[in-house]
Amino acid sequence: MENIESKQNRRSFLKSSALAGGGLMLSFTWLSGFSPAGVPDVADAAGDWFEINGYIKITPDNIIKILNPNPEFGQNVMTSLPMIVAEELGADWQNIVVEMGPHDSVKLGPQFTGGSNSMRMYWKPLREAGATARQMLMEAAAQTWSVPIEEVTTNSGMLFHQKTGKSGTYGAFASKASGLTVPKGVKLKEVKSFNVVRNSKKNVEGLKIVSGKPLFGLDYKHEGMLIAMIEHPPAFGMKLKEFDATETLKMPGIKNVFRQTLYENGFEQGGFDTRTFNELLVVVGNTTWEVINARKKLKVTWEPAGDTKNTMGGRREVITPGELESTSTQLQKMKEYASKPAQQLRKDGDPETAFKNAAQIIERTYHAPFLAHNCMEPMNFFAHVTDEKALLVGPLQAPGWSEPTLAKLLNLPADKIEIQMTRMGGGFGLRAYGHYLYEAALISKKVKAPVKLIYTREDDMTYGIYRPMYTATYRAALDANKNLIAFHVKGGGIPEHAVHANRFPAGAIDNYLAEAWQIPSNITIGAFRAPRSNFNAASEQSFLDELAEAMGKDPIDFRLELLKRAKENPVGKNNDYNADRYAGVLELVKEKSGWNKPENKKYNRGVAAYFCHNSYAAHVVDMVKRDGQPYVERVFSAADCGIVINPDAAINMVEGAVVDGIGNALYGALTHKEGAPEQKNFSQYRMIRCNEAPKKIEVHFVQNDLDPTGLGEPPFPPVFGAVAGALYKITGKRFYNQPFITQWNTLSNT
Amino acid sequence: MITLNINTKTYNIEVDPDTPLLWVLRDVINLVGTKYGCGVAQCGACVVHLNGEAVRSCVTKVSRAVGKKVVTIEGLSANNDHPLQKAWIEKDVSQCGYCQAGQIMSAAVLLKENKNPTDQDIDNAMAGNICRCGTYLRIKSAIHLAAEMQKK
Repeated sequence: MENIESKQNRRSFLKSSALAGGGLMLSFTWLSGFSPAGVPDVADAAGDWFEINGYIKITPDNIIKILNPNPEFGQNVMTSLPMIVAEELGADWQNIVVEMGPHDSVKLGPQFTGGSNSMRMYWKPLREAGATARQMLMEAAAQTWSVPIEEVTTNSGMLFHQKTGKSGTYGAFASKASGLTVPKGVKLKEVKSFNVVRNSKKNVEGLKIVSGKPLFGLDYKHEGMLIAMIEHPPAFGMKLKEFDATETLKMPGIKNVFRQTLYENGFEQGGFDTRTFNELLVVVGNTTWEVINARKKLKVTWEPAGDTKNTMGGRREVITPGELESTSTQLQKMKEYASKPAQQLRKDGDPETAFKNAAQIIERTYHAPFLAHNCMEPMNFFAHVTDEKALLVGPLQAPGWSEPTLAKLLNLPADKIEIQMTRMGGGFGLRAYGHYLYEAALISKKVKAPVKLIYTREDDMTYGIYRPMYTATYRAALDANKNLIAFHVKGGGIPEHAVHANRFPAGAIDNYLAEAWQIPSNITIGAFRAPRSNFNAASEQSFLDELAEAMGKDPIDFRLELLKRAKENPVGKNNDYNADRYAGVLELVKEKSGWNKPENKKYNRGVAAYFCHNSYAAHVVDMVKRDGQPYVERVFSAADCGIVINPDAAINMVEGAVVDGIGNALYGALTHKEGAPEQKNFSQYRMIRCNEAPKKIEVHFVQNDLDPTGLGEPPFPPVFGAVAGALYKITGKRFYNQPFITQWNTLSNT
Repeated sequence: MITLNINTKTYNIEVDPDTPLLWVLRDVINLVGTKYGCGVAQCGACVVHLNGEAVRSCVTKVSRAVGKKVVTIEGLSANNDHPLQKAWIEKDVSQCGYCQAGQIMSAAVLLKENKNPTDQDIDNAMAGNICRCGTYLRIKSAIHLAAEMQKK
């Protein structure tokens, strides 16, 4: 088995052209210049894979397949997670095939995309998987060559024994290695010797994306597949009373119209089994357009749902009020709640006395509306359910959370349920909630056929699971010398508040009070990119800005001063941020943006920083007024997420977060009138567009060797605060209520 | 019976002539690279070329495509080697990737009509295409790069 001529074998694979198994196929000549280039189609080798462990399979021809465990929704885990495996495996990135793993939490871990957790969760397991496999291949070579394992070395997917001159590919020893006992306590590489991680690698699905290959759930096809859609109530708080489908059933291609209950009475929902409407009116037909058209012929009577009772997470009963809510009444109700006593979350020192003795009290109230996720790929899922088993294919952030509920709903054992994860056309938190998967499964079971459930854009936008509607009132007490002596935040929301009681500036102020209240609602909510933080970083950071001004301090210096206090002499014990790292991103953005440089005076500058999801981020935004409208022209960003696995992709992520933040801060809003969402499509819901994005976003990372933490969420929240600060510089008015464009337009008209 | 020319191939299909071209492509002809995003010509995910012009296939009745040349992302180039496709990969534009086919199809018409677009030209041509992930800066730089490649 010595001196395997791997290259010729590899080239022979390049000739094959059929695409199967979801593997990479980049066999186009112009692609040879970048990695992973020239990666062969894997179809022919399907029978020859030797599984070294759950993440790594190798063929005798030395094609190395790495399975990505985590669902991909644009955060680029399809590339960056396999890079970690490749690093420790000592494989040549050029020769690696990446494939989306099956749902198999035994072999592939938690398989959850959310909370910016992919890197943090998989960093150690993937390094160990790569290092263990390398060790097993070395052991296999050592046994074959009858040499001590200590004398076996590896390089770029090859094994060597220097003394005897023997060498062979990983592939040559894959069969033997796959039968060996898995070693324990394998040594990992030194960070400084990394040569895959910390080097930018192109998106392994880049070519498929730009050539229109079927990657997404909506693209998935299955023989005999029908299309299903759900007509849901036009307003939150309504439910299906009765329907007449006579005309619908006459329409071409229509198979069935029926009522379907999602959860039967008393069904114990899992923690992420949010559902908005329990009685579904389902239309099933042959093609998407036929179903869209036939829905228009439905005659439906809706009725008030009244208060409803759910059992969530097996723990608590939740009463959902039946009121048909409007944005104006919601705001009024928030005002009432804000004036009532609230739940105390944290108290340091004696804030009451400090406020009583204050020379000056500054109090400001902030608001933010519901936000719709608006993933570009609307919710959809394929289901094929029979009496024996279920196959589900589609976009989902957390298959492991949905599977137990699915098993209960379908009355099938979990091992008879196969969930395949497609690339997601965005997620932003929304696809952690499996309602559309359950709906698809129940519909397939009922019609006894493979079915794709599709939400239209209108269905998607009006279904709920929004970012909650938030408010917060901040108060600061200053003494006669303008020292900050007390800080008070009282936050509320519909139906959840956003207060992070133990986050900065907690720990930096002697007298501190955090309180919160919530208003129950039938408008469903869910995680939205950096939950809670996406509001706090607007309100709290804006307030700190205003405070700095009142105290006559530079806004960055003021924050650094507070962080110095939090580090050197912290107040309280449960401060869940690292003051040094927090200060680090502020100092970096101050330097890179030329914060006090006279040449930047022409811009209207805003700054904000925030810590969430284990990483730190700060931005300086430079805003201009053009044709009467506010535009962010340039952005300087600093982030600390530990080791940056795939630098260029990480920069892309921060750029995206900045654009997303500007868009939602300025334009994002989902409002209601008598329970009905007032925005149903992009014609009413304003999304940031190409011409509204900054011309330049400069991204800088704090360089350190800390284990990586997330990046999908942390750069998003502070954009809001920085935008608010810049708007103040342009207008001389503070912006307290999102979307900011509303106040901008009001100011422009007066 | 409707006869269509899509990516230089001829298709004879039985379909209601009012059906949007988008759903004919996706459901009938099985070319799923053209995406559904909004159905009301607001997001640009469904852009295809009709006799060389960018149209929103979600609001274009299939009857309008009869006798014309339809080009979708799958047919933009013979070997997926259109300068825009190369530039998109070189600049590693995509995040989720869902909107990118539509972005590229809009950009292709821009580049055909304007060999050397300015930032302003790109803004004007691309404002109809939403990217929810916010990859606009990379889209812009990829279009500039493709313009350079096209000159060579």
